[in-house]
Amino acid sequence: MTAAEGQKGATRAPYLSIRGLTKLFGKFTALRDLSLDVHEGDFVCFLGPSGCGKTTLLRAIAGLDIQTAGTVVQAGRDISALPPAERDFGIVFQSYALFPNLTVRKNVAYGLDSRRGNRAETARRVNELLNLVGLTDHDNKYPAQLSGGQQQRVALARALATSPGMLLLDEPLSALDAKVRVHLRREIKALQEKLGVTTIMVTHDQEEALTMADQIVVMNQGVIEQVGTPEDIYGHPATPFIADFVGSMNFLEGVSAEDGSVRVGPVAFAAGGMLPPGAAVRVCIRPEDVTVRGVSAGETNAFAVRVGAIEFLGSFWRVTLKSEGDSFELKADFSTNLVRDLDLRVGARIVVAVPPERILVFAGDRTKP
Amino acid sequence: MTAPVTPLSPAGLAYVSAPIRAKVSSDDRILAITTIIIVGALVLGVALPLYALLAKGFQSADGQFIGLANYRTYFSTPALFDSIGNSVVVTLITTLIAVPLAFLFAYGLTRTCIPGKSLFKGIALIPILMPSLLPAISLVYLFGTQGLAKGLLIGESIYGPVGIVLGELFYVFPHALTILLIALSTSDARLYEAAESLGASKTRIFFTVTLPAARYGLISAFFIVFTLVITDFGVPKVIGGKYNVLATDVYKQVIGRHDFEMGAVVSMILLAPAVLAFFADRIAERRQSAALSARAVPYEPRPKRGRDAFFLVFCGLIGLAILSVLAVAAYASWIKLWPYNLTFTNYHYQFDLRDGGGWASYRNSLVMSAWTAVIGTAIVFVGAYLVEKSRAFRTGRALLQFLAMMPMAVPGLVLGLAFVFFFNAPNNPLNGLYHTMAILVINTIVHFYTVAHLTAVTALKQLDAEFESVSASLKVPVYKTFWRVSVPVCMPAALDISMYLFVNAMTTVSAVVFLYAPHTALASVAVLNMDDSGELASAAAMGMMIVYTSAAVRVLHMLLTRGVLARASAWRKR
Ligand SMILES: Nc1ncnc2c1ncn2[C@@H]1O[C@H](COP(=O)(O)OP(=O)(O)OP(=O)(O)O)[C@@H](O)[C@H]1O
Ligand SMILES: [Mg+2]
Repeated sequence: MTAAEGQKGATRAPYLSIRGLTKLFGKFTALRDLSLDVHEGDFVCFLGPSGCGKTTLLRAIAGLDIQTAGTVVQAGRDISALPPAERDFGIVFQSYALFPNLTVRKNVAYGLDSRRGNRAETARRVNELLNLVGLTDHDNKYPAQLSGGQQQRVALARALATSPGMLLLDEPLSALDAKVRVHLRREIKALQEKLGVTTIMVTHDQEEALTMADQIVVMNQGVIEQVGTPEDIYGHPATPFIADFVGSMNFLEGVSAEDGSVRVGPVAFAAGGMLPPGAAVRVCIRPEDVTVRGVSAGETNAFAVRVGAIEFLGSFWRVTLKSEGDSFELKADFSTNLVRDLDLRVGARIVVAVPPERILVFAGDRTKP
Repeated sequence: MTAPVTPLSPAGLAYVSAPIRAKVSSDDRILAITTIIIVGALVLGVALPLYALLAKGFQSADGQFIGLANYRTYFSTPALFDSIGNSVVVTLITTLIAVPLAFLFAYGLTRTCIPGKSLFKGIALIPILMPSLLPAISLVYLFGTQGLAKGLLIGESIYGPVGIVLGELFYVFPHALTILLIALSTSDARLYEAAESLGASKTRIFFTVTLPAARYGLISAFFIVFTLVITDFGVPKVIGGKYNVLATDVYKQVIGRHDFEMGAVVSMILLAPAVLAFFADRIAERRQSAALSARAVPYEPRPKRGRDAFFLVFCGLIGLAILSVLAVAAYASWIKLWPYNLTFTNYHYQFDLRDGGGWASYRNSLVMSAWTAVIGTAIVFVGAYLVEKSRAFRTGRALLQFLAMMPMAVPGLVLGLAFVFFFNAPNNPLNGLYHTMAILVINTIVHFYTVAHLTAVTALKQLDAEFESVSASLKVPVYKTFWRVSVPVCMPAALDISMYLFVNAMTTVSAVVFLYAPHTALASVAVLNMDDSGELASAAAMGMMIVYTSAAVRVLHMLLTRGVLARASAWRKR
C-alpha cells in the first residue's frame, strides 16, 4: 500500500497530488520518490525529525525550490514546473519575514491590488483579515512593536489576504514560547476550519501535529513512513521508527511462540499479530496502556512486577517496572490517585496487565530504532 | 539523524524518471537580464581596460606585438629599474612606522580611559577628507626651503624620501586606524578576565591575548598601508623631488614622455604588489571572522593612571600633528606670502587667475562627485542585491561578484591608464566617451566599487532571506519589493555608500589625472597642476576647498542619516 492510497476518502479527487517527487542537492537525496495526496479542506502536518526533508517538500510544493523530478498537481492543474508566482498558495515562514518598514496594515495589504480604483475594496479586505486574527487595534504598528504571537498572526493574515487555495506553514510556532504556542495552535486550527482552506504545516513537534492535524504525514530520511489520522499514527504506527518518534514507547525484544503469543523473558503476551513461530520480534507497549486496577494473576497478559523507580511528572507518575528475574523493564504512566490508592513505592510488588489489542508487534532485530 | 547519501549510479536514480525543467518566472528573467547588464558594464569598466593595459605592454609604439621587449628595456634601464627599490624602501619604512602608530592610537581609543575619544577619532580621520597632495604641500610649507621648522631636519632635504614617508604617514593613518579600531574593539572581555584570574602580568596579557586577537587586523592594516603607499601618486609628486618611485614613473612616462608602452610596463609592475596584498588581505580577513565568536563580550577598560596619561599624551601629539598639517595648509592659503607676509588675503582663492582649470575645475569636481555618488550607489546596490538575493543565473552572479572584487586590487593610476588604452583606442565604438565627464564618472565608480559593494552586501545580508519568497507567493514582482522594502531598510547603508563615493571622487587624483580634458579638469587635478607651476598657495587653497566640501558632505551625511534613522525609529529594532 503506498502512502497515497492509504488515505481516507480516497474516492474524492485529491486537491493536491504529488507523484514520484525526488529532490537532489548535488549527490545528496533530500526527497526520494515520494507520493502523497492531500484532500480539499484538510489540515495536513508534515512531521519528522530534523533534516528529514519536510521543508524541502514544502518548498517544492510552493515552487520555491523546484524538485529534481516528479509531478505536483494542484486542483487538477499540473504545477510541477511553475514558479511560485504562478501557483496558488499563501506561505508563513518560521521567521515570519514581515516587512519591517511597513505597518501591519500595509504588510497585510501587500499582495492585494493596490491600484487606485481598488483602494476601498483593499481596505475592506484588510479590515476583515485583521478582525479575523484579532489585530484590529494594532493596524498602524510596525512589526517590531508587536509580540512574537502577534507577528505570527500578521504573517498569517498576509498569507491569507489573497484567498489562496492552499496555505503553507513552515514551523510557524517554533519561535514562540510554550504558552503562546499552545494558544496559537488552537487559534490557527479554528481559523483553518472556519475558512476551510487546505493547509500544510511543517513541524517537528509531535504534540503540535497530533492536536492540529486531520492527516499526519510522518517523514524520515527523505521518504514518507506513514500517512494517517492522529489516532492512526499514535495507535497503529506502521513502523518502529514512528512508534518511537510519536509518543513514548516501551520496546521489548522477544520471540514469537507456537500459539501466536510472543514471549518476552518469563512473560507470554497474547497479541494480535500473526508471525511465524520462533521469529525474533519487537514488542511495543505504550506506558499509558499498562493497567493495574482490577488486574489479578492468571488473567490474560497479567504478570508480576517490582517497582524499580518512581518519577513525578506533574499530572501523572512515570513508574519503571521490573519483571521477575529482571529480564525486562517497562515504563508505565500511572495517575496520581492510582499511585496514592495503591501506595506505590520503590520495591513494591504488583501485578499489571496490557490489553492484547494495545500491544504492537514488529519483526525484530537487535538494533534499536 | 541524517539522510543516507545515495551514490549517483544510474540504478540508484532509477526513480528520477523525467527531470523537471523549471519554467523561468518573469522575476527571474528580470533578475537575469539585470545581472547581464551589470556584468557587461563591469566587463567594460574593469576587465577589458585591464586587458588593454596588459596588451599595451607587449606592443611597440605603432601597435605591433613585440613580446617582452618593453620589459627587457625596463629592466635594463637603471633610471627606470631603480624606482622599484626606491618604492619598496619608502613604502616599507612608512608601513613599519604607520601601523605601530595607528595600533597605539587605536589601543588608546579602545583599551584605555582617556577623555575625548570621539574627538581624537574625528581628528585622526581628517586626512580622509583631503587629497594626498595636501599633506605634502603642508610639509613643503613646514620643512621646505622657506620652511619654519626646516631646522628639525638637520640638513636633510624634505624633497625626497623623508618628505614622502612623512606625507604618506598622514595619508594612510586613518585607513590603518579604521582597520585596527575594528580589530581591537572586537576582542573578547572574557579572555582578559580569564588571563587576569590566572595571575598573568599586564605585559604577558598584552602579548598572549591582545596581540593575537588583533593579529589579523594588524596583517590586514599592513597590507592595506603597503598598497596605499606604493600606489600613491600625490605625495611623491609634490614632495618626491628627484627621488623616483613607481607611481611617479607611470605619470612621467605617460604625461611627460608620451611613452604609453613603458607606462603600461610600469603599471603592470605596480599592479603586482597590489594584487598580492589584495589576496593576502582576503585570507587574513577570512581567518579573522572565523576567529570571532558570536558570544564575545565587549571589553570595558578600567581607569589606570600611568597608562591613561601616556596614551593621552600620545594621542594628543598625533592629533596635534594632523591638525597642524591641516592648519598650515589652511593658513597658507589665506595669507599673502608664507612665511614673510602674513596679511590676510583671498588672492590665492582666485583660481581663475591661474593655470589648472580655475573655479570651473572645482565645479566639475562637484558635478563629477555628485554623479558618481548617485549613479554609483544605484549600480552598486542593485549589483549587491543580485549577488546576495537573486537566485537566477548563478554563473552570472558569480562573475558579478568576481568583477566587483577586482577594482580593489587595481591601483588608481593603473586603472586610469587602462581606461586611456581601452577607451581611446580608435577602433573602440565607445571612444566617444573619451575626454568627457562621463568617463570620469565611470572611472571613479569603478575605482571605488569594491568597498561600496561590500558595504551593500553586508547591509543586504541582514534582511530576512525569505522576503523574496513571500513576495513571489503574493505575486508581487521582485522589483517592487526591492523598491518598497530592500531599499528603505538599507537606506543608512546606501547613504554611507554615497558619501564614501562622493568624498573619494572629490579627493582622488591618481586615476583621473590621465582622463581629464581641459573642459573637464577637476579640483584635485588643479591642485596638482598649480603645484607643478609653482603656485603653492593656490594649490593649498584648492586643496582646502576639497577639504571644506568633503567635511560639509560628511556633516550633511550625518544629518541625513540621523533623519532617516529618526523616521525609521518606529520600525527599527533598537
Ligand atoms: N540548499 C541545500 N543544499 C544542500 N542540502 C540541503 C539544502 N537544503 C536542505 N538540504 C539538506 O536536505 C535535508 C532536508 O532538509 P530540510 O530543510 O528539508 O529538513 P527539515 O526536515 O525541514 O528539517 P528541520 O526540522 O531541521 O527544519 C537536510 O539533510 C539538509 O541538510
Ligand atoms: Mg525545516
